[in-house]
Amino acid sequence: MCRIGAIKSSNYVHPSLALKLMESQQKGHDNSGFAMVMHDLGGIFENYKHLPTLSMACTDEGLKLAEDMLHEAGFQRIMQWVPETDAQPGLDIQAMPNYVFETFDYPRYFRNGEQKDKEELLLDMRLKLRKALEKDEQGFVYSFWPDVVTLKEIGDPRDIGTYFKLWTPDDKFTARVITAQCRQNTNYDIVRYAAHPFFMQGYTALANGENTFYLKNVEAQRKLHRGYIGFESDSQCFLYTLHYVHRELRWPLRYYKHVVTPLPFGELGQREDKEQLLAMRQSLAHLEINGPNTIIGVLPDFTMFTCCDAKKLRPVVVGRTDDTVVISSEVCGINDILPDRDWETDIYPHEREIVAIDNNLEVQRWRQ
Amino acid sequence: METVRVQSVTPNDMPWKIKYDASRCTLCGSCVSACSFRAIECKIERRRMVFSEGEMPDPQQRFSAVPVIRQVKDVQHYCRGCGICEKVCPNDAIAPERNPDTRHPIITRCLGGDSIKRGGRKNLESSVRTLDKMRIGRISQMTDPSLDAQRHTFDLLAPFGRILPAQTLPFSVDDQNNLQVEAIMPPVRWIYPVIIGDMSIGALSWRMWEAVAIAVAYLNEECGMPVRMCSGEGGVPVRLLKSKYLKYMILQIASGHFGWNRIAKAMPHMVEDPAGILIKIGQGAKPGDGGLLQANKVAEHIQAIRGVPKADLLSPPNHQGLYSIEESVQKMFLSFNSAFKFRVPVAIKVAASSTSVSVFNNLVRDPYNIVGGFFLDGIDGGTGAAHEVSLDHTGHPIVSKLRDCYQAATAQGRQGQIPLWAAGGLGKTGDLAADAFKMMCLGANGVFTGKLILQMAGCVGNDMGRCNACNTGLCPVGITTQEEQLVHRLDVDRVAENIVNYFLAMDTEFKKLMAPIGNSSLPVGRSDALISTDKAVADRLDIPYVC
Repeated sequence: MCRIGAIKSSNYVHPSLALKLMESQQKGHDNSGFAMVMHDLGGIFENYKHLPTLSMACTDEGLKLAEDMLHEAGFQRIMQWVPETDAQPGLDIQAMPNYVFETFDYPRYFRNGEQKDKEELLLDMRLKLRKALEKDEQGFVYSFWPDVVTLKEIGDPRDIGTYFKLWTPDDKFTARVITAQCRQNTNYDIVRYAAHPFFMQGYTALANGENTFYLKNVEAQRKLHRGYIGFESDSQCFLYTLHYVHRELRWPLRYYKHVVTPLPFGELGQREDKEQLLAMRQSLAHLEINGPNTIIGVLPDFTMFTCCDAKKLRPVVVGRTDDTVVISSEVCGINDILPDRDWETDIYPHEREIVAIDNNLEVQRWRQ
Repeated sequence: METVRVQSVTPNDMPWKIKYDASRCTLCGSCVSACSFRAIECKIERRRMVFSEGEMPDPQQRFSAVPVIRQVKDVQHYCRGCGICEKVCPNDAIAPERNPDTRHPIITRCLGGDSIKRGGRKNLESSVRTLDKMRIGRISQMTDPSLDAQRHTFDLLAPFGRILPAQTLPFSVDDQNNLQVEAIMPPVRWIYPVIIGDMSIGALSWRMWEAVAIAVAYLNEECGMPVRMCSGEGGVPVRLLKSKYLKYMILQIASGHFGWNRIAKAMPHMVEDPAGILIKIGQGAKPGDGGLLQANKVAEHIQAIRGVPKADLLSPPNHQGLYSIEESVQKMFLSFNSAFKFRVPVAIKVAASSTSVSVFNNLVRDPYNIVGGFFLDGIDGGTGAAHEVSLDHTGHPIVSKLRDCYQAATAQGRQGQIPLWAAGGLGKTGDLAADAFKMMCLGANGVFTGKLILQMAGCVGNDMGRCNACNTGLCPVGITTQEEQLVHRLDVDRVAENIVNYFLAMDTEFKKLMAPIGNSSLPVGRSDALISTDKAVADRLDIPYVC
């Protein structure tokens, strides 16, 4: 079973906090990997928020191939950050030769273009790079987006933290939103892409659970958008549905809950907005999820949220202080990083709500 | 000694032979009067008894006349094996016995010069059904727990109506961040995933049709199960058309348009919309063939409802249009949608065929959003009357064809936009819940069933050639006849009760199947939940092969 965690703060925080959040929950997961997505970056990336950063793990050949492709497409590298590594003997990590975080300026003819066009370009570029580097596993392209970096690795999360020197806080590598998870996809093959959080065009999702409507979701999503690919994990479906509902259909976030876990027909029929909800349920019947799930998501505007399956079969808790909100599978993780908070304000979301945290750290509970 | 007449028909030429024990017969005559086919008769047999009395042989003879029951030697009145004689005999003195040496298929054609007609299902022996080669093999355990069939809530509903792709829903976001509907959307009814399939009020006796209608009303009003019944082609009693119960009826129109004069005239007086309209193009049991109601079943009330004289009523094999069947069907879709002011979903029923996917593709790309369902009817379904050659030798199995249609929709990203409803031998072994569930996993939104409903009512026919006389109007149990005496054999309340009870049992069974795969809503398209021990079946249906 996965354990998931997310931190949203009004200050820039270092990934060491995410590692600490997950450390005490290790009994619940199998310590087979560590993955995180950071939004709203500080430190060395703070001045480049408007420009896309490529997050990639690759071989030397893969790096050259990717850089050539980006160059050919007109992207100009502005900044590069290669994390220092500490390859101590005995660390449980299956490291790739290179970890690359490079920030690019857009091709000249896009610089004054529409935001939407830029966003489509970035997606297309990531998909192209991913495809090109798939051969012989030359590289894994996790994200290519402004103000976002992604790191995924196979091994023991503590050792991964040691390898990347993430246990020691600094002010170079920070963000206001960090989502993390400490498990590879042990249900199926170990594939780097299969570790959540998953990211696409500003949206991040991670989940603890099983999606028993995986096949239905996959079959529907494959035809909905060119970017809905991979499906190495059944939890990727949650991201794609979030992206589709919020970005493609432009429906407000709370309708995401109505799509993934629609109200039973009996309850739905009592609602004033039953016409909308019924149309939604029937048109997106194949995006419904079933089975036990807790989802944490981040939107392009950095709103963070969580919701559960319709039977509340997986745990989640939200804890907060004045400057930080943490969502975690287990409360012990929150106790470690927010020991002085008021426990009485912790929220244990129920099966029919979305808990959303905006950029003022205001916590809203939307009943489905 | 009599001349040997080898061409004469004898009971040994018939599919069933009457086994009669004169020593147990009380000569009450019940069997003869109960046999609706006149396949047995009373006869006086001349008997000769040779006997000897006294110590020395002294043969004497005595002639006597003995009343007995005898099988009629006539292809018009052959025994169908229904067993009603056995049911009414107080002494178990008589019963039909299957005759493996029957010459019936040959002599009937030779003597009649006409094709054989009958009702029921196909009679040809077949191997184990495809549905029985599949199991629900993906069981939720540990990480995704099974549900509790008794305590969890399950959404057992299926759509009937045109479903718009999400990106075309007429929604806007208001200043409160709520979605608002900006335009009307096609009507969609969420109903129980098992529709009682189209059996007309002419094919069924009025008491049987009434019993089904009562059961449907009871299931809706008392059990909270939104079960719908399709009228079949042949109209609906005006009293029902004007009642609130019309909302549980799907009205069918087929190529004969029987009954629609009355339906159209009743429209201004309707207090409820019907549940839907079903345009029938074809039927799985006799694909490419039209409906057939023989004159002997066209009773007075049928004449009234349909506005016809007592004559054979034939629906043409296809709908008549000036240009083409497509044009004609398109017009029907448009006119029925507009007749009910776009409040009532309109669907279409076709016989499964090698061409079904093309037909489905044409509909699924319908730009007017007026196709509210694709009802696909496979071989193995029942019929009231058909030529035996059609029943036994034409048609297409439903399972792979339904799967083909679903996969065609999936390949285009259009699954669910036109709900798929499947039929054709489902529930043949009595387990409709299991059959329906498997069909849903393969992509059906729901199923429809007809023959099984008759069996709930007491139909004695089977797929081994027993009875299958629906076409004759002589149904021995009063289900498919308009003969008053036969119809009164049917206990309306008991039939309705049986149907209601079967649906309640089936409802429980659906939950017992949904719970182990951990799903609270119907598993439409969840082919990953199925497994097959038959490699060919697994490959064809794209489900896991197991051994």
